[in-house]
This record gives sequence, C-alpha cells and structure tokens, in this order.
Amino acid sequence: MDSLLLDIVIKVIFALLFVAVIMSLAAYSVLGERKVASWIQGRVGPNRTALPGISAIPVLGPQLVKLGIWQPLADGVKFLFKEDPLPGHVNKLYYCLAPCIALVPALTTMVVLPVGQYMDGDVVKPIILANVDIGILFILAFGSLGVYGIVIGGWAANSKYPYFGGIRSSAQMISYELAMGMSILPVLIWANGPNSGLAGLSLFNIVESQQGMWLGVWMPIPAFIFLVSLYAETNRLPFDMPESETELVGGFHTEYGSFKFGLFFVGEYAHMVIGSAVFTILFLGGWNFLPDFGIESLHWLSDPWALMPNWLGGPLSVIYFIGKTLFFVFLFMWVRWTLPRFRYDQVMTLGWKYLVPGALICVVAYAIIIGLWDIAFAIDQTPAIVE
Amino acid sequence: MADFLFFLFSALTVLSAFLVTVSRNAVNGAMFMILSFVGMACLFLLLEAYFLAALQVLVYAGAVMVLFLFIVMLLDADKARSVRPDRLTIVAATVGGLMLISGLAYVTFGPSAAPSTELPAITEMPQNATAENIPFTTASRSFGYGLFTKYMLPFQVTGFLLLIAMIGVIVLSKKIDASGDEPAKQKVAKS
Repeated sequence: MDSLLLDIVIKVIFALLFVAVIMSLAAYSVLGERKVASWIQGRVGPNRTALPGISAIPVLGPQLVKLGIWQPLADGVKFLFKEDPLPGHVNKLYYCLAPCIALVPALTTMVVLPVGQYMDGDVVKPIILANVDIGILFILAFGSLGVYGIVIGGWAANSKYPYFGGIRSSAQMISYELAMGMSILPVLIWANGPNSGLAGLSLFNIVESQQGMWLGVWMPIPAFIFLVSLYAETNRLPFDMPESETELVGGFHTEYGSFKFGLFFVGEYAHMVIGSAVFTILFLGGWNFLPDFGIESLHWLSDPWALMPNWLGGPLSVIYFIGKTLFFVFLFMWVRWTLPRFRYDQVMTLGWKYLVPGALICVVAYAIIIGLWDIAFAIDQTPAIVE
Repeated sequence: MADFLFFLFSALTVLSAFLVTVSRNAVNGAMFMILSFVGMACLFLLLEAYFLAALQVLVYAGAVMVLFLFIVMLLDADKARSVRPDRLTIVAATVGGLMLISGLAYVTFGPSAAPSTELPAITEMPQNATAENIPFTTASRSFGYGLFTKYMLPFQVTGFLLLIAMIGVIVLSKKIDASGDEPAKQKVAKS
C-alpha cells in the first residue's frame, strides 16, 4: 500500500512538473510573440514592467526589465483581477464552458509526449508521463476535440461575428485534420518498418527510428503538409479564420473578456508549443543530437545522451528537445508577422485541392519506397509477428 | 476499482444517450452525444482496447460530431418547430420498443441464451498469430494484422459500401436537369 501511495505521489509530482513547464513555456511564448513582432516591425516591445525587489539589483535588474521578462506575470495578474463581464444575451452554461473546453484538450495531449530519454541499465527509456502504444493517435484525437472550445464559444456568444468565427473554424479544422492525419502515415510506415522494434504507434518509437536520418530531411513534402495543417489547426496566421480581426472584430472570442479570454489565449499558445513538440518528434528526430546515417561507429552522434551518466544525459536530452521545439515556436511567430491572411475560399482550396491529394500521393510513394528498401536491405531484420 | 469505473462510465454513456433523445435544444443533444461517445471510449479503455478508444474519440467525437454541430448551428435548428407525432406513430413505436426489449431479454437470459464464455487472455504482443488464430492483444499492430488477413474481405466490402454511399450523396445533392447537364449557375466572382 505504501509503495502504491508513493507511486501515485511521484506520478502526481511528475505531472505537475510537466504542467508547470508547458504552461510557463506557453506564457513566455506570449512574451516571445510580442518581442518577435516588435523585432520584425522595428520596435522595442515590452520593456517597462518591473518587479520592485528584483529589478532594483544594479546591473542585472534593468537588463531583465529591458527584456520584458516580468511582462507575462503582469499579464496573468491583469487577466485574473479584471472585471469578468457576463453579457446578458449569451447562453451562460456554454459561454462559461467554452474556454475550459479550449484549454483542456491542449494540455491533455502532453500526457503521451516523450520529452527526453534516460538509461535503465542498458535499455533506453523515454521521459514521459504515460508510454502508451497509441501515442500519436491519442494526440490527434484530443487535438481534434480542441475545436469544440471555439465552436461552442462562438455559438454561445450569440452574436453575429463570433458565430461566423465558430462556423469557419469547424469547417477549417475538419478539412485540415484529414491532411494532417495522412501526412503522418509515411512516418508511421517508416517507424514500424525496416529498422525498429514492435512498438506500434508510440512516439518514443518514432524518435528511435530516426537515429539514422531525420525524417523531415527525406520526407520534406509530408513534413511541409503537416506543418501547414498544424498552423491551420492551431488557428495561427495565415489561417486564423476564426479570429481574423479585420473582418470579424475578434472572431469567436469577441464577447469574451478577462480570465475567460485569458484561457482561450493560453490554450492557443499551449496548443502551439505542443504542436511544435509533436512536429519535432515526428520529423526532426526528437532529442537525437544529429543524424548518424545508420553507421554504427557514428552512433554517438545521434545518441550522445546514452553515453553520459543519467543525471547529465537525461536533462541534456530534454533541454535539446525543448530547444528544437522553441525553434518551431519561433517559426510560428515569424510566419505570423510575415505572411498575410488567406481568404476563406483560398483556405478551403489549399486544404482540399492541394494538401489532401498531396498527402495521399506521399503515402503511396513512400509506402513503395520503404517497401523496396525493406526488400533490398532489411528483410531479415524485419520484426515479424507471424512465426 | 475496475467495477466501480465500469458502472460509472456505463451510467454516463447510457444517461447521456438518453438525454440526447429528450433534449429539446439541438445543441444540447449534440453535446450529450459527444459525452456519450467519450463514455463509450472510456469503456473501451477498461477493456484494454486502447486503439478502439482512441479511434472512437478521433472519428466520432472529433470529426463526426463537429459536422453535426456545424449543421445544427448553420440551420439554427432551435427555431424549427417541434412536430408532435400522431397517435398511430406513438402506439407503433411503443409496441416496437417493447418487442425489442423483450426480445433482447429473451436472448440474453432465456433458456436458449448463449453460455457466457471465459474471457480470453490478453497479451501485450501476438507471438504465434496465424490467420485462423488471432489472439487478443492490446497492441494496435494486431488490429492491422487482423484486418489485412482474416477480415480482409469484410474490410474491403465495408470500404466499397462507404464509397457507394459517398457517390450516392454526391449524385443526390447535385441538381441535374433533363438534358443531363448541370443547370447554369449564377455567375459568382472568380476566386
């Protein structure tokens, strides 16, 4: 009983740690967004917010203030203490439920997200909350539930512009989910194909299968399709149809204020961070240092963490993974402040006429290529479930 | 614990499925239906069918119900008047429902009910699987294996049925005039 209790306590602590890291990454990517925006537009960005005690430290304090490092704290406090209006014309239950529905699926997906590795004897194990067989399906399933927050929020607000935002987002998300799911298939074929164990759809297996070469390098088209669909799924520019403030005021969250809006906002950024992490895992080799081209003597290049002691290799692999992820978070911002928004019919055309057929062609092409590879090089190593 | 969870999720599934049928507001109905699907996914989880659970959420809760909600909101179904069924329909529905329930009860508990078989052992990974003998596993790989060997024909036929349904919908929803052409549409601004 005691060991069971201890087990539960440790798991809860791990889970809280994950939540804390992802939420602070989300909060600080809001700051990052504002800094990147100001950088691209030749401004300075947030540089005034100061904490009384720490900012009084001679050299370091002013530097931190200049970086705007206290801004997310101030934003959070502002969201918490502003008046929380409940407009008279809304559907109260769904109006209050929608921000929660928007945030919860984005955070739930972190459960199956491996973030690094450690050595258990000679066996490499993932640093993960739940190492389940269906990892990628779990993420797709809960990611697809995120749309309800926007749809319900737009509908419950009971006025024209939010309603348009909700309708647009439901159509957009269904369209791009399809392309997204199909662009992952070549990755899964590879991960379960010639050079790996019987680990099914788990994300750890996908990372392990990329030690030879990162999949994004020789599967650039599926990677691109996945990235574009990711932008559409997270409602970021150039696909922010549900929000598009030039046409729809604020889109689905026009009627929201204060902490409820804050939840939508944090949910979007959490979605972005986790989406970037998933892209890194699927196409950029996760925490693998560099590709080793399948050469045995170069194995230290792809997996230097296994050679280090656990206390060093584990945290370093996590930090390297977070670094890769943050690059894609930066890419999200870069794209947002560079590209103009698509028109709605262009969004639909791109999704259905280019991305979906493109993904289908990729599935067939890579299935043939991997099959030939299998026959040529790895048929005797291929794990078979049939004796 | 597993028993308690089973009753909890069964109650959730059945109750929300019941509420779908009685809720007057179409959006409420759709939301209860999502809840029912999620409850069913939890039941799959208790059966260690993780793959099915994920698909249940992904396909039904994530995609099909979004479309439902889309249509409900687009048509603003709240304002549709509710039609009161006539007496004959009520009587027929009651009789039909009672017959269905008694038939189910007879099949389940009656003298000719099938004996409850022992639960098959669930393994992590199939080791000696053949097309005739597919063991119960928790691995998603074994679903694929089953679909592409033992159940290949039903799988293909189902896919073909879906294709037929899809083409049927396209044909029915496209208005074709007597000459076999589409009627000329009003000019829309070119995209």
